[in-house]
Amino acid sequence: MSTVPTDSKYAKSHEWIRVSGDTGTVGITDHAQHELTDIVFVELPAVGRKLKAGEASAVVESVKTASDIYAPVSGEIIEINPAIVDNPALVNTEPHTGGWFYKIKLSNPAELGALLSPADYEKQIAG
Amino acid sequence: MLKRTALYASHQQLGGKLIEFGGWEMPVQYTSITDEHQAVRTAAGLFDISHMGEVTVSGANAEAFLNAVLTNDIRKLAPGEGQYTLMCNERGGVVDDLYAYRLAPEIYLLIINASRIEPDVAWLQAQAAKFGGDLKLTDASHNYAAIAVQGPAVKDFINAVIPGASTSAMRVNAVTELKKNQVGGFKFENHNVLVSRTGYTGEDGFEIVGSDESIIHLWASLLAAGKPFGLKPAGLGARDTLRTEVCYPLYGHELDENTTPIEAGVGFFVSLDKGEFNGRSVLAEQKASGVKKKLVAFKMAEKSAPPRPHYPIWINGVSVGQVVSGTQSPTLGIGIGLAYVPAELAKPGTPVEIEIRGKRAAAITVPKPFYKKA
Repeated sequence: MSTVPTDSKYAKSHEWIRVSGDTGTVGITDHAQHELTDIVFVELPAVGRKLKAGEASAVVESVKTASDIYAPVSGEIIEINPAIVDNPALVNTEPHTGGWFYKIKLSNPAELGALLSPADYEKQIAG
Repeated sequence: MLKRTALYASHQQLGGKLIEFGGWEMPVQYTSITDEHQAVRTAAGLFDISHMGEVTVSGANAEAFLNAVLTNDIRKLAPGEGQYTLMCNERGGVVDDLYAYRLAPEIYLLIINASRIEPDVAWLQAQAAKFGGDLKLTDASHNYAAIAVQGPAVKDFINAVIPGASTSAMRVNAVTELKKNQVGGFKFENHNVLVSRTGYTGEDGFEIVGSDESIIHLWASLLAAGKPFGLKPAGLGARDTLRTEVCYPLYGHELDENTTPIEAGVGFFVSLDKGEFNGRSVLAEQKASGVKKKLVAFKMAEKSAPPRPHYPIWINGVSVGQVVSGTQSPTLGIGIGLAYVPAELAKPGTPVEIEIRGKRAAAITVPKPFYKKA
């Protein structure tokens, strides 16, 4: 049973975004970390990088594979999380809290409307 | 339609994550690759290896035939003994690496890679037809299932699961009396199984071949008996990280039809003075004059993504080869890998770079293996 916090919106590609004002915190979902297991390395975007919604923004490496993490919305990276660079396993243990990836300043908040609600994401992962 | 082993239902029951490997649907992991890897290193792990192939070779000419198609000296084997060996083509390229067991004076069993069953059998049959004499070769792969139980704790519970003395091949009073590379026939419930003290993990352990029915029951019995000792079912993911840590080759990575055992660093298993065998002249030349490419082990020198197969390896600012195996080592906590480089650049202690997604990360070549069991 995966956790799906209600304070976030979700991309079909298993990223979550928690918005506060014009900034969003982004990470990967409990479902995604459970599929990946054993995360051993995270490659984060540089602060200042501008991304479009759906663009590959980060890379997560498990023992077996590398997976692209996509920006759920367009904007500029304003902060990245050094904790998951130092301890990639944090993404497995705290995917929705301590294992956040980056904070993005939204350039087009209307894009949030295209993301899934927690209920819709739960439906998607239920299969 | 992917092939399934006799243990498919067991994997489903255990929640194994199933993937495609060599035409088979196999579990890559049950819980986590790291957990399963650590279980093998510290306690025990149980692997389904039923996808591998079995070929029996028998007759008065069996020994001479096998000595002519395999690189290692098969004459060294007494009944009940096995050896790691390779099968080469005329260019010295590897057709497969395998284990050969002498079960009885004129009966041999070859355990071959799952991905190579068809080419191996075709090759062996063609060679046997040319060799002639009292020689019988049978592909028995579909008759057998197999499992590997590996780790320091295995010797503490396996005798309780397969009790009693062996009844064929190496005669011992208990499974744990088998020495490394020895094989014995044992009775498990009312079945006959073959147990060898061999493995692909670098830990103590056994590999067991038997009928589908016997292996299904044995899998369940081992899981139950081993659980108090820390035994976990382990998938192909852990199988790969374990063998990479001890630098065991995997066909299709370190070995292929265009690579010789000398280049791959397993020349120890090539016996040049046993008489003629396929590829001998090329291998003799390589042993005498050296090789152009050599397999090196390397580990990452900085925090980076794990090295993976096909990533370019750079030395002194030049791209000189490719990684053939690579992973994050659960035991060492750093990326490790194997790569082919020009022989003159193959000394351990050489700084190298691994190109990962367009950026080069620092690494260094090291002596093999990365890990030796305690």
